[in-house]
Amino acid sequence: MSFIAKPKVAHPGLPRNELGLTRRDYEGGMSTLCAGCGHDSITAAVIEACWQMSMRPEQLVKLSGIGCSSKTTAYFVSGGHGFNSVHGRMPSIATGAIAANKDLYYIGVSGDGDTLSIGFGQFAHAMRRNLNMLYLIENNGVYGLTKGQFSASADIGSKAKKGEANLQPPIDPVLAALTLGGTFVARSFSGDKEQLVPLIIAGLKHRGFALIDVLSPCVTFNDHEGSTKSYEFVRDNYEEVVHADFIPPAREITAEYAEGDAMPIALHDGSRVLLRKLDPSYDPTHRGKAFNYLRDKLAQNEFVTGLIYIDESSPEFHDMNGTTTTPVNQLSYQQLSPGSKGLEKILARYR
Amino acid sequence: MQPTDTGNPDYYHRVVDCQWACPAHTDVPEYIRLIAQGQFTQAYLVNRESNVFPGILGRVCDRPCEPACRRGRVEPAPNNEPVAICRLKRVAADHRDDVRPFLPKAPAQKNGRRIACIGAGPASLTVANDLMPLGYDVTIFEKWRTPGGLMRTNIPSFRLPEQVLAEEIGYIIDLGVDLRLGSPVTSMKQLLATGEFDAVFVGSGAPKGKDLKLPGRTDPAAAANIHIGIDWLESVAFDHIKAIGRRVLIIGVGNTAMDCCRTSLRLGASDVKVMARKPRAFFKASEWELEDAEAENVEIVINHAPKAFVIEHGKLAGMLFDLMDYDLDAPLDKGGRIVGERVRGERFIPCDDVILAIGQENAFPWIENDLGIEFDRWHVPKVDATTLQSTRPNVFFGGDAAFGPKNIIWAVEHGHQAAISLHKYCQGLDVNQRPPRGLKLSSRKMGLHEWAYKNDYDPLERRLMPHVDLKERFKKINIEVELGFTAEQAAAEVQRCLNCDVQTVFDARLCIECDACIDICPVDCLTMTVNGTEAEIRQRLKAPTLRATQPLFVSGPLQHTARVMVKDEDVCVHCGLCAERCPTAAWDMQKSKIRIPYASDETSPCSTPQPATRPAPTRRIA
Ligand SMILES: Cc1cc2nc3c(=O)[nH]c(=O)nc-3n(C[C@H](O)[C@H](O)[C@H](O)COP(=O)(O)OP(=O)(O)OC[C@H]3O[C@@H](n4cnc5c(N)ncnc54)[C@H](O)[C@@H]3O)c2cc1C
Ligand SMILES: Cc1ncc(C[n+]2csc(CCOP(=O)(O)OP(=O)(O)O)c2C)c(N)n1
Ligand code: SF4
Ligand code: SF4
Ligand SMILES: [Mg+2]
Repeated sequence: MSFIAKPKVAHPGLPRNELGLTRRDYEGGMSTLCAGCGHDSITAAVIEACWQMSMRPEQLVKLSGIGCSSKTTAYFVSGGHGFNSVHGRMPSIATGAIAANKDLYYIGVSGDGDTLSIGFGQFAHAMRRNLNMLYLIENNGVYGLTKGQFSASADIGSKAKKGEANLQPPIDPVLAALTLGGTFVARSFSGDKEQLVPLIIAGLKHRGFALIDVLSPCVTFNDHEGSTKSYEFVRDNYEEVVHADFIPPAREITAEYAEGDAMPIALHDGSRVLLRKLDPSYDPTHRGKAFNYLRDKLAQNEFVTGLIYIDESSPEFHDMNGTTTTPVNQLSYQQLSPGSKGLEKILARYR
Repeated sequence: MQPTDTGNPDYYHRVVDCQWACPAHTDVPEYIRLIAQGQFTQAYLVNRESNVFPGILGRVCDRPCEPACRRGRVEPAPNNEPVAICRLKRVAADHRDDVRPFLPKAPAQKNGRRIACIGAGPASLTVANDLMPLGYDVTIFEKWRTPGGLMRTNIPSFRLPEQVLAEEIGYIIDLGVDLRLGSPVTSMKQLLATGEFDAVFVGSGAPKGKDLKLPGRTDPAAAANIHIGIDWLESVAFDHIKAIGRRVLIIGVGNTAMDCCRTSLRLGASDVKVMARKPRAFFKASEWELEDAEAENVEIVINHAPKAFVIEHGKLAGMLFDLMDYDLDAPLDKGGRIVGERVRGERFIPCDDVILAIGQENAFPWIENDLGIEFDRWHVPKVDATTLQSTRPNVFFGGDAAFGPKNIIWAVEHGHQAAISLHKYCQGLDVNQRPPRGLKLSSRKMGLHEWAYKNDYDPLERRLMPHVDLKERFKKINIEVELGFTAEQAAAEVQRCLNCDVQTVFDARLCIECDACIDICPVDCLTMTVNGTEAEIRQRLKAPTLRATQPLFVSGPLQHTARVMVKDEDVCVHCGLCAERCPTAAWDMQKSKIRIPYASDETSPCSTPQPATRPAPTRRIA
């Protein structure tokens, strides 16, 4: 953290987006995280993505649980809506909000503790429901906020700062997502905005549940030698398999890519994700192959990153539940209230 | 790119834009911080070390530092005004205690060397200021009965009160300078022939006002009402002229013209026009001088080229002008230059007096041409730009005499450099071996997130100088128009300084490439990227380069990825957030002290200079 807020003064040549806003207009409050925390970089990537999308700040809903990671919703897009829920319970709040208003963008920010320990059940069901949201796990392998206990994503043998090694097997959120029906599954690194920013945009545009597991080193409790989530370890064992470029609706795909390497995937609003396969054998639209590839690489201690799996065709939460297309807050009283007769009918169904 | 050599004192010096732009390299941010702490005497002494006349310059300096100020680059207009550096200098001078105890003193034991200075302007006075503490006997010959040069004879007392001049000149003369007033040097040959002096410094200025040879100029009927600007101001300063006609035309639109028009208003004129050949964008006068004149209802008339003096009924009736049209190669606000001109017609403007303010020239009728002192065809002496030595080794020039009219702060800087040369010359050393500049860095880190300077950016607007009421100020010629900042204004203005001398110092060995600094920098100066040529790197900067004239800092290769850390120094606001956010202290905020060498830094074999002492900090601002 810093003791003074980032001053409002900005570079006079900062570019403006379609709304005439600069990146600075998407900032939030002053971060109180440790200096050098990966989470702050992810915040910067979210700011960049929302700016690039020319999102109106009030179009964004920011949801989180508890943890250092979960605090970060306060640090971006202060003009958005926010709900900081209880530990591991962000998905149920998200479900309610999404059910009530399908016109907004939803970002859930969570930690590896918040998601893979106390919130694992909620996480799994949010994915099954294919909630139309972007779910960011800021994954540092520890419970940062409660001073560095191993989390469920800690690798076997990874050492805590005081020296003891983790003995339990880790839960890999990406593998879990592949088995639980996730329709947009990605992994990235806080220190690689070139990869992360387009992933965030594509995830927000994806119709359904988009998971990005972002490796996000904890400088204070998990950045030492022997940790498998330190800046140094992640950089050394980092393999991008599919790079995603986001192409807005109006823009042409420029033919810079070699034939066969680039794979455009159309999103529902006419924009596209252009996948550049860095390993030609890889197929990001085949769930089974993606799963096996990942398992093999994990066994070799490599972090496979990039857009690992994408499926734009599965029905999302609204399709499956027949929810209202008009946001609830725009429905009239008459439409919302069944009237006493209608209420009786509804109640009768439960008798 | 190669890693930046930050050990070269010029690198960090350049980051301190104001200090770099100041001809005498005044340590501006340091004195502004001292003012903020209420240490006015200290602030004055920091100024005096480099610019010698803080009270004078705090009023009338040409202030090249202000257009250079970073503050003018970082905020959007109309808030992008520089820090009022010059006004703050006056604050230090106005509120100082007695500084005499802290000034350098001349040693009782002289070193036996004698220097003659010709003219008692700021250039010669600076030479005396620097050499007296080293044991030299300095004699100043001055034509007039008062010292100060143009500061006394031409800068009007409503801008620069006599007592301010007297006090600061007094500090120097009281070192024991042999000041010979009313003693014009009429022959350099004779002066050198006396053998009294080891070396001579010529600080006689550029005393000749340019004339305008147009029809009617030589008509004796008009002579009494056509004046040469600098001579006229001089006569006013010495009370020889006490009145002028009601309608006055000033020809020319430089700073002399501004003083002439405002002085006219104080001598009885009520209709004063400043006549300019060209549009406003081409004026030589500083913007603030134009504003001050216009505030006093002086009319500035553009595109009028003087054609003739018109004499009727045996006296000056007015002037005839050609009305000019200019062709530009680009619009004026885009820096267009004149590429063609046409006369559109002519206009007669009636007046009672005309003052010619179209420039000054050098004139050395008293330097014989067989002395080995060479001049070029414009009568400007051939002088080495660094050493200020003429083609005759024991004769040095400085101030307006050296390279034509400039300003006070340049005269002071010439004085410092000439003093170094004179000192070397008198010791038989090579004057071309200049003492190097130095650099000292010291961390401003106090606690985890605390710095020993105020790093928070204050978006405050520039404070405006309060002026004496328009009605009041014309009552007497010497009523100083500017009142000086109030305590509240000074306290606010100092906070606008960005502390550019508190440098961002980077250690590539410590960086873990976490991106924290990149993300937090409010002005996007920082980028981590693969190395390349400067052009390539500038393409990849996080925010576009606005002025490629400002340096890029490029680190050595970083540990994890071999990328480099790049900083575009141009718009850094020195907020220290990069250092505050860096988990490994790879960035640190360190105060740079640029050591500017003076004659006193070289000890002479025959004397030990008396070091200047510093007062203990005492006063706090109200
Ligand atoms: C009207 C006017 C307004 C100005 N306003 C400003 C301003 O606001 N700010 C600013 O920075 N600058 C200003 N200047 C410029 C500034 O005054 C000069 O650049 C500066 O004074 C030059 O200093 P100097 O020491 O070289 O010479 P000068 O100040 O010109 O002093 C030379 C001295 O030498 C004496 N002298 C000349 N010949 C002899 C001789 N043969 N023997 C003995 N003595 C001799 C002269 O009498 C004079 O006293 C102004 C100039 C003018 C004309
Ligand atoms: C119900 C409940 N149980 C336990 C806690 C204590 N607690 C706070 S944050 C946290 C773990 C946070 O870890 P993670 O989600 O990885 O976030 P990080 O701080 O590492 O970003 C725990 C266990 C709590 N706040 N609420
Ligand atoms: S001090 Fe650091 S954070 Fe502040 S503007 Fe300069 S480079 Fe950016
Ligand atoms: S904050 Fe420090 S460690 Fe992190 S990238 Fe910047 S300089 Fe390197
Ligand atoms: Mg965690």
